[in-house]
Amino acid sequence: MRFAVPLLIFLGLGLLLFFGLDNDPRKLPSPLIDKPAPAFTLPLLEEPDQTLGKDDLLGQVYLLNVWGSWCVACRTEHPYLMEIARRNEVPLYGLNWRDRPEEASRWLKQYGNPYTAVLADQAGRTVIDFGVYGAPETFLIDQKGVIRYKYVGPVTMEIYEQELLPRIRQLQEDQS
Amino acid sequence: MFPELGQWSLILSLLVAVSLAIVPLLGSYLRLEGWMRFADRATRVQFALVLLSFVILTLAFLQKDFSVAYVAQNSNTALPWYYRISAVWGAHEGSLLLWVLILCGWSIAVSLKGHELPLAFRARVLAIMGWVSTGFLAFITFTSNPFLRLFPAPAEGRDLNPLLQDPGLVIHPPMLYMGYVGFSVAFAFAVAGLLDGKLDSRWVRWARPWTNLAWAALTGGIVLGSWWAYYELGWGGWWFWDPVENASFMPWLAGTALLHSLAVTEKRKLFTSWTVLLAIITFSLSLLGTFLVRSGVLTSVHAFTSDPSRGLFILIFLAVMAGGALTLYAWRAPRLVVQQPFGLFSREVLILAGNIFLVLAMVVVLAGTLYPLVIDLLGASKISVGPPYFHTVFPLVLTPLVLLMPMGPFTRWKQDEPRRVVKLIWPGVLLTVVVLAVFALQMHQWSAYGLLAAAAGSWVLGGTLNYFWQRQRKARERVLGVGQMPSGVVGMILAHAGVGVFLLGVAMTESQSIEKDVRMAPGEQVELVGYQFRFLGAQHAEGPNYQAEQGTVEILKNDQVIATLHPQKRMYVAGGKPMTEAAIDAGFSRDLYVAMGEALGTDGAWAIRVYYKPYIRWIWLGGIFMLLGGIVAATDRRFRLAEQAVALREQKLALQEG
Amino acid sequence: MKRALILILLWPGWLWAAIDVLQFDTPEQEARFQQLTQELRCLVCQNQNLADSDADLARDLRMEVYEMVKSGQSADEIKTFLVARYGDFVLYRPPVQRNTLLLWGLPPLLLLIGLFFLWRFLTSRPATTEPEAPASDPLDLLQDEEP
Repeated sequence: MRFAVPLLIFLGLGLLLFFGLDNDPRKLPSPLIDKPAPAFTLPLLEEPDQTLGKDDLLGQVYLLNVWGSWCVACRTEHPYLMEIARRNEVPLYGLNWRDRPEEASRWLKQYGNPYTAVLADQAGRTVIDFGVYGAPETFLIDQKGVIRYKYVGPVTMEIYEQELLPRIRQLQEDQS
Repeated sequence: MFPELGQWSLILSLLVAVSLAIVPLLGSYLRLEGWMRFADRATRVQFALVLLSFVILTLAFLQKDFSVAYVAQNSNTALPWYYRISAVWGAHEGSLLLWVLILCGWSIAVSLKGHELPLAFRARVLAIMGWVSTGFLAFITFTSNPFLRLFPAPAEGRDLNPLLQDPGLVIHPPMLYMGYVGFSVAFAFAVAGLLDGKLDSRWVRWARPWTNLAWAALTGGIVLGSWWAYYELGWGGWWFWDPVENASFMPWLAGTALLHSLAVTEKRKLFTSWTVLLAIITFSLSLLGTFLVRSGVLTSVHAFTSDPSRGLFILIFLAVMAGGALTLYAWRAPRLVVQQPFGLFSREVLILAGNIFLVLAMVVVLAGTLYPLVIDLLGASKISVGPPYFHTVFPLVLTPLVLLMPMGPFTRWKQDEPRRVVKLIWPGVLLTVVVLAVFALQMHQWSAYGLLAAAAGSWVLGGTLNYFWQRQRKARERVLGVGQMPSGVVGMILAHAGVGVFLLGVAMTESQSIEKDVRMAPGEQVELVGYQFRFLGAQHAEGPNYQAEQGTVEILKNDQVIATLHPQKRMYVAGGKPMTEAAIDAGFSRDLYVAMGEALGTDGAWAIRVYYKPYIRWIWLGGIFMLLGGIVAATDRRFRLAEQAVALREQKLALQEG
Repeated sequence: MKRALILILLWPGWLWAAIDVLQFDTPEQEARFQQLTQELRCLVCQNQNLADSDADLARDLRMEVYEMVKSGQSADEIKTFLVARYGDFVLYRPPVQRNTLLLWGLPPLLLLIGLFFLWRFLTSRPATTEPEAPASDPLDLLQDEEP
């Protein structure tokens, strides 16, 4: 019997590796889910002398999308954001990360602006507070300012309808 | 036309490999001599076909045939010819082809040198190696064809990863694969032994030099990789406990255990089942390494472009080979158990203990490498297990090993008196104290870790030198020269001393290194442990396929210029990505290392990193000692005279019994 | 960050050294900074620490750590700050907690298991009949030469 021990250990290891194959080592779960979003007050991209803070956004369910004009994946995501904005089911705020304001503005002019408002985080501080490690990332924040969900990578309509929309509806119903 | 020929040749070699895996094995059971002899012929044909494919791929690189997708992705018209050759194994597909080529090389060597082995046994060994080559040739043919065409062919290739455009990386992969694949010989022996239900010590002796050579090659491959990472990556580190590095370290640890266990099995006919198990584990770990590097299950700095479908293929192959061998082991190993009397204090027991600690060390590395994956699969949390973890736990398993190491050679087989061994060892203790003092006095900053590691290194080095000295003394009594020492013993002394040298290097480098990142304008200087680094400015420089900013840094000691270094910041034309090319003033007792960061401001100032790395060369020097030890031990006369010696021994035994 | 996605496709990560010129108030601060950036993981890289990575995010985080060190925060405080944002993944030295108990406990446990098996094996071995063979002096040249 003891001669079968190596085989059993190997089988365990094999199973682990088999299930590990589907694993994406690059996707990180956020520790901020179901925690209050970090406080922030940032200037608006289009009107730098005005600021918008977390407190101004309380009382509504909204999406916060982290993007930058340098980000290739944001480009593929953009048409879907436009579609989401057109459907007008949830306000979409942009968090522009480490970007030159003129380049970010040009991007919005060229491809359209899906955002209710765009916050500019040139120093990248707020983005660190949100635990962002790669753009695009999309946060779902509820009325009380609690982060409910985070999606890493470009959002598509499929992801919006399957992952985001049911949660948004749920949260909006809880309110009313 | 040509690339297709390479592909056809590859497909043919797969067919040959399949027949090699089946026909001789059947022949050995049906006792058909012709079928068994087929193994030798098939091995040769297989080698020729794979070599042809390899040559064709190499030619495609030399001729800049960008119609071949693999060439277009990993080469460029500006790439110098020698890097065009090494680019053959610069990425996934070609490196697999090299893997298989080396495997076929080992197979043909076994076939050529294996005439002393009984025909049926040799047929089985070659057939099992045929199973391995079947798996890998199928892997290449079905998932990773290096001969795929691009249409239309691009005018220019994308270039070889600049990091790989380096002499160290030209020989590192072939060496490493020599090691990985070399263990397939021991594996094949073990499985053939299990199929036979017995493992004759004659065959064990026959397998030993192969294992020695594979181990030496793996050691060399790891040393080269570590050295390359040190000077090429610009971080001044030599080991990062990255999954891919661990993947090469695990078979090394298991292989080290195997070397020692083979010695016991050969000399004392003991631990046969353990030796067989180690042979299976060692090669399985080589395959596991291939899986980890190419499947994308873990993130690594050195990983190939990963692909889950490739991962699945290797996993299935691993399951067939390792799972099959271990099933056979569970079934047949009980037959290999031989009861032999031996005492509680004997060389057997010390080697067994050492073996256990080596395997434990391997398990610790394996567990640390895979643990994040386990946690990830069990819940949604991700953790990292990195160098700080291994630095904390590794000394724990290493300490007993280090303590045992110098004692083993002094201890007799079968039964010994601890008192006798202690008497022989005490000069080693004195030597240890002397060596430790020499190094401790050079430490300029207090470090318990450093002192402990230095003590470990001194103990191994001192103990080994003591053994060498005692043996020489004994030899002089018998009027025999150094040349009379069997190369097996010389190899052991070299390898053990290498471990000591390595540990001393680690102790000094890890505890006494100094790093400084400074802004330096031309003419400014910075001091590090008595060395002045003076920056003279940076100029534009050009290479065959890159542009560079080249700095000039003079190093002064006591106001004398002792070295002028030229670190570079390179921009490869095709890649468009900057690369740090560090400049190093290497020395026996310290390295001075300069790397350039970025240009700062307009006064010609640069961000510059300077390192002082005491005794870092000893890390690789120790590795080279081990490598030489493995090679020297493999040339032992006993291995060559295996047949005669066995005959002699049998005569003796007959005499004793009679 | 900006080059993240393209470069990952091209090369296996950022592999050139990150060299910052930073001023510290005390050598202790500098040592703490170096130790911390070596034990913290760059999140966007393949497998690199903050000290070695030249990724933009790594750079930002390095500056964050630098400023926290300069403002006198302890290593633990800085680690807590990062773990709150990025999770345990940033720590190359996994914290001792429920899901790492096995990881940290394994090496000593293995050592005990190894010693136990060694002991069991030795006590169950057949006893030696002959005390020692005359030809088995390990310093005897002939012994190693002949079987």
